[in-house]
Amino acid sequence: MISLRASEIGVSLGGARVLDGVSLELRPGWTAIVGPNGAGKSTLLRVLAGLLAPDAGEVQLEGVPLGAWSLPERARRIAWLTQQGSTTGDLTAREIVLLGRLPHLGIVASPGPADELAVDRAMEEAQCADWRDRRPQQLSGGERQRVLLARALAVEAPLLLLDEPTTHLDPPHQASLARLFRRRAAAGTAVVSVLHDLSLALVADRLVLLERGRVRAQGPTDDPALHAALVDAFEGAIRIERVAGRWAAFPHLEL
Amino acid sequence: MTSDAQRRLRLAVGLSIATALVAVAGMAAGGEGWSPARLLRDLGTADGRLLVFQIRAPRTLGAWLTGALLGLSGAAAQGLFRNPLADPYLLGSASGAVLGVVLVLAAAALGGHAISVATAHALARVGLVGAAFAGALVGVLLTLSLARGAQETMHLLLAGVVVGVLLTAASDLVTNAAPDALRGKQAFLLGSTGFLGWNSCAAMALGLAVTLPAAWRLARVLDALTLGTETAASLGLALGRLRVALVAVIALATGLAVSQAGLIAFVGLIAPHLVRRFAPARHGFTLVAGAAAGGTLLLIADVLARTLIAPQEVPVGILTALLGGGYLIWLLRKRRPA
Repeated sequence: MISLRASEIGVSLGGARVLDGVSLELRPGWTAIVGPNGAGKSTLLRVLAGLLAPDAGEVQLEGVPLGAWSLPERARRIAWLTQQGSTTGDLTAREIVLLGRLPHLGIVASPGPADELAVDRAMEEAQCADWRDRRPQQLSGGERQRVLLARALAVEAPLLLLDEPTTHLDPPHQASLARLFRRRAAAGTAVVSVLHDLSLALVADRLVLLERGRVRAQGPTDDPALHAALVDAFEGAIRIERVAGRWAAFPHLEL
Repeated sequence: MTSDAQRRLRLAVGLSIATALVAVAGMAAGGEGWSPARLLRDLGTADGRLLVFQIRAPRTLGAWLTGALLGLSGAAAQGLFRNPLADPYLLGSASGAVLGVVLVLAAAALGGHAISVATAHALARVGLVGAAFAGALVGVLLTLSLARGAQETMHLLLAGVVVGVLLTAASDLVTNAAPDALRGKQAFLLGSTGFLGWNSCAAMALGLAVTLPAAWRLARVLDALTLGTETAASLGLALGRLRVALVAVIALATGLAVSQAGLIAFVGLIAPHLVRRFAPARHGFTLVAGAAAGGTLLLIADVLARTLIAPQEVPVGILTALLGGGYLIWLLRKRRPA
């Protein structure tokens, strides 16, 4: 069973303390990371993915420090999706998704049937199989985002770190993404997503609330103390209510 | 067959036919202009065969190989920098090669005056080709060391610009002290395929035989880099090491081409650009087709250079600059919003 433990993580960027004493443990299930702008969510995800070395603290994957893993071994266990995903080349959607198999193939080996199957499955799950032969320039922002998500899914890693995966997605596709995360989580994957949409975040199993680089609260998404912390962290500009059997966050829109 | 595969096939067939036709034209192009009948006549005499096989054939093959090396390094540079208009000379190879050539040219003039005779002899022994090649490699090494490796693309790009400026200033300083070197420097800057012999062809063929497979092995790294540096790193790639390998391929291919034919402008930029425009594909294809397109383009430019105002020759670098500049202007006008 996959586990990722971050202990007392501290990160400074350009002289500013972005993360300070962050500790959390990720296990199978869906964890949403939320917080006001500039709370350090994306930076935390980069540290957890091993893309940014922290100034303080340590991240352990399955009990072994992240830096002690070989790069391909680590990449087979942790898939990462960036917030501002972009692509500059001439690859088709399917070729982009196939890059998700790099941790398994390396830079020389040809993809085998298992790789082709993983790519097809990921494109089906991310609902982008219809434009497999199209290039990013021929896709809308939402369509491109689904291709990049499929690229992350194609790694078939037990730990998925997704920074704003719902960017550019319309509500039906956001909902289908939430169902996908639930399915993956139920199958034993640790899905970790940074989300700005609090209602979507409240559908997750667990929630981590970051504020000014620190963990303000964490726990199950139906925890009333967590809801209170959320309202406070967003300066009372939201309210959290139970609607149709689910928790949802609503902004106060008094103009 | 998908439309993408059809386009790739069409490009491959088109390039092969164009190369074959222009190669024949290259064998038939001489001081009197271009004449297939004269080629047949030349092949019938011993002197004519000597002319065709010892002068025109190596020049034709050499022009293709020079263009192929530039096209390959251009395709690799554009992938490495994630910029479709990146030039293989960006890494400091061009300014390094010029400095190497200028140093050797100046050695003769300065020997016994500003520098010792022994130093002048040592520099002269390196030869222009060796000096240009060594200079190109030194330029790239300086860029790598200034950028502290190849981990950051932007650092690499900036370091390349800085090294380019500094080495160009150093060349100017040398030519200021030894004005006799100016003429040779000017000829090197314009580029020429006129001196390519079988030895040059052998050196470049060997270089292409090494750099093309090496670049092809790294093609998937370039594919991954299209997703951004961090995403590529998250896929388990040791980017620092792999990018140094790519820089080495670019440096070797560019250094070889420049040392044999001088600074030929735009081929390295335009060839991969044209390939991607006609048949967009993964880098594995773009690198190979970029090399083929570079070879064909320079071959066409070489035949034109020999025949346009025969018996005079236009320096081939001027022609490639004009053709490349024209292509970029066309591209700019085409993309301008209405």
